[in-house]
Amino acid sequence: MLNAVFSLIARDLRLGMRRQADIASVLFFFIIVVSLFPLGIGPEPDQLRRLAPGILWVAALLATMLSLPRLFADDHRDGTLEQLALSPQPLGLIVLGKVAAHWLVSGLPLTLLAPVLGLQFDLSSEALQALTLSLLIGTPALSGIGAIGAALTLGVRGGGVLLSLLILPLYIPVLIFGAGAVEATVTGVGAQAHLSLLGALTLAGVFFAPWPTAAALRIALE
Amino acid sequence: MLVASHLECVRGERSLFRNLAFRLDEGELLYLQGRNGSGKTSLLRMLCGLLPPAAGEIRWKGETIGRLGEDYRRELCFLGHLNAIKEELTPLENLRASAKLADTPLDEDLALEALETLGLAGRADLACRYLSQGQKRRVALARLVHERKSLWLLDEPFVALDTAAVELVAGLIGAHLQRGGLAVLTTHQPVNIPAGTVRQLVLGSC
Repeated sequence: MLNAVFSLIARDLRLGMRRQADIASVLFFFIIVVSLFPLGIGPEPDQLRRLAPGILWVAALLATMLSLPRLFADDHRDGTLEQLALSPQPLGLIVLGKVAAHWLVSGLPLTLLAPVLGLQFDLSSEALQALTLSLLIGTPALSGIGAIGAALTLGVRGGGVLLSLLILPLYIPVLIFGAGAVEATVTGVGAQAHLSLLGALTLAGVFFAPWPTAAALRIALE
Repeated sequence: MLVASHLECVRGERSLFRNLAFRLDEGELLYLQGRNGSGKTSLLRMLCGLLPPAAGEIRWKGETIGRLGEDYRRELCFLGHLNAIKEELTPLENLRASAKLADTPLDEDLALEALETLGLAGRADLACRYLSQGQKRRVALARLVHERKSLWLLDEPFVALDTAAVELVAGLIGAHLQRGGLAVLTTHQPVNIPAGTVRQLVLGSC
């Protein structure tokens, strides 16, 4: 049963590698949005340090949003989604595979880029560590929760905007604890509590989101 | 054994058919016919469980397909009018990925052999976006060569195929029926499928 899911992840990763423009556009969006802030706010290290966690996290949320509409849309268009729904695996498990593949091509690269971008904000090495760790723990939740929105807006005209309206409010807790973890490290409180809560959100997001997503996909296929 | 009783299909506000019933035994072919929009595709999607019927029920070996769920899908091979192949992947990768997904993994030799059977011998390593419409259809149909699931639901399998390929696919369906499989088929082309029992169902007349 898991073999089929792993092969789905492998297929999606291979597709990702052959459509590098998709991945690159998300990463460049992230880089550009984050880099605009120091230019707009001005070169005051104190102010930049204070704003950095929020800016990096919000930019990561928006970059993830950008990649979500394609999560199921391509499979829907070429009929693969029907085959996924008809495979002898539970659809929830297949969605979990899609979410994992999505994270590997969007959340993970964002996480790896973040410390480099954090340097623009004069973050200390502890803060950079906390930032990377919080993104590593938090971004799977973004992919998981986002899958619900992607499935609900599948085949809807102007679905991208609707998707943001549906999903961004659900991202608020992840944003608060993610940015909070970096904030707490900067102020010396320690990020432990924030990271634990973020981990709980991710576990809940990744393990509960596939089922409503699967239900939404079945409705989209009717 | 596939039994449908009192099926009703409603699309939008319109009822496409109601009180539809049929029974299909091992080795039998059900030939769905009807003009455009008479509900052939809808009926096929109902039979595979993608579309819940407005009324009536579908039973597979005596049990409703809703209750069987994954056990039913394990015995089912559905080919829609979309090819379900990825343009970026090669025919070989597409075929092997779809086989794995259906829980019937194909090793590379068998997959190549299947592609060869469908006349794609030199194309196995070419990205599918460079293939013609008919060749893409052949890639989708290559699944049928080693497919050993008992129920085949084929929606317009012959679209975009040349006459040689049509004959080949008809032969594959015939072999499947000979093995005791069941098949439900829609097509507008007159195709001679070597089958023992062919049941006809004309939609849009009721």
